[in-house]
Amino acid sequence: MDAHASVGHAELEIPYNVHPRPDTGLYNAKLGVWLFLASEVMLFGALFSSLILLRTGADSWPRGYEFLNVKLATFNTFILILSSVTVVMAWSHLRLGNLKKGRIYISATVFCALVFLTAKGFEYAHEFRENRFPKTNNFLAIYFTMTGLHGLHILGGVIVFLYFLGPGAKMWAKEPERYTNRIEIVGLYWHFVDLVWIFLFPILYLM
Amino acid sequence: MTDPAAAVEPGVDIHEHAGIGDPNAHHHSPEQIRKEMRVYLAVFIGLAVLTAITVGACYGLNLPVHQAIIVALIIASIKGFLVAGFFMHLLSEKKVIYGILILTAIFFVFLMTLPISHHANPFGS
Repeated sequence: MDAHASVGHAELEIPYNVHPRPDTGLYNAKLGVWLFLASEVMLFGALFSSLILLRTGADSWPRGYEFLNVKLATFNTFILILSSVTVVMAWSHLRLGNLKKGRIYISATVFCALVFLTAKGFEYAHEFRENRFPKTNNFLAIYFTMTGLHGLHILGGVIVFLYFLGPGAKMWAKEPERYTNRIEIVGLYWHFVDLVWIFLFPILYLM
Repeated sequence: MTDPAAAVEPGVDIHEHAGIGDPNAHHHSPEQIRKEMRVYLAVFIGLAVLTAITVGACYGLNLPVHQAIIVALIIASIKGFLVAGFFMHLLSEKKVIYGILILTAIFFVFLMTLPISHHANPFGS
């Protein structure tokens, strides 16, 4: 019975879950996350395209820095860049076999993300107090849509990081390489979120 | 746990497919990994400096709109290259990923040109 179950288990094992396929050189999750990121490029691309359409078609367009909080947004840009570094440092320490330092850097990433969201919350609150809402004009409509969607992506990343800090960390005991791969995958997503902000910041705040 | 890749190609060490500097290789020497970590920190400093330059050029100098757009997009593109190239390891990735990204870039450029085609359309307004 046990031998039969063992054979059954081997048959059900998903190939290339940890090590890369010989032909593509990629393990499953890495190929999957890049396909997902390609779809994300199109999602944000559609919004950037809408922004161009609205801006080029408008008789006048407000310059973001005249009323948005550039100092807070600059601070947030530094915070997000810092969080990208902490992710790759976490991944590097995991590759070195150091779970403790890896978790410290993942925690630092979560902290940076929460600081970013808090600062964004203050920004939104200020805009609402000034009676600036998405319905006010096209600039604010696209501003709230793009920064709001970006903020949701930050929140999603935080949830995944917290999972890997908590229950997901059990994977390290049995499959440390798989756990390291997972942090690489969520790191790729996180860098993409950083990349989107790198373009959102000057386009919305500085032009 | 049995390595499924080894089962598919007996006698072939799958890890030999990945070369030095390859992000898919997790068997780098500790020295190599520590060297990469120093690169990450250098890239972080570069990104921070470029962010300060972006704000200084666009906000501090109060450039005309078209100049501000050009300056901001050039600096943002450099920062994007640093993040994608070093943090996302696109400087040394697999061909499959380059293929996915080239296809994505084609559709992305199409999306960006849609507004131009809209304004060029005499029936649009």
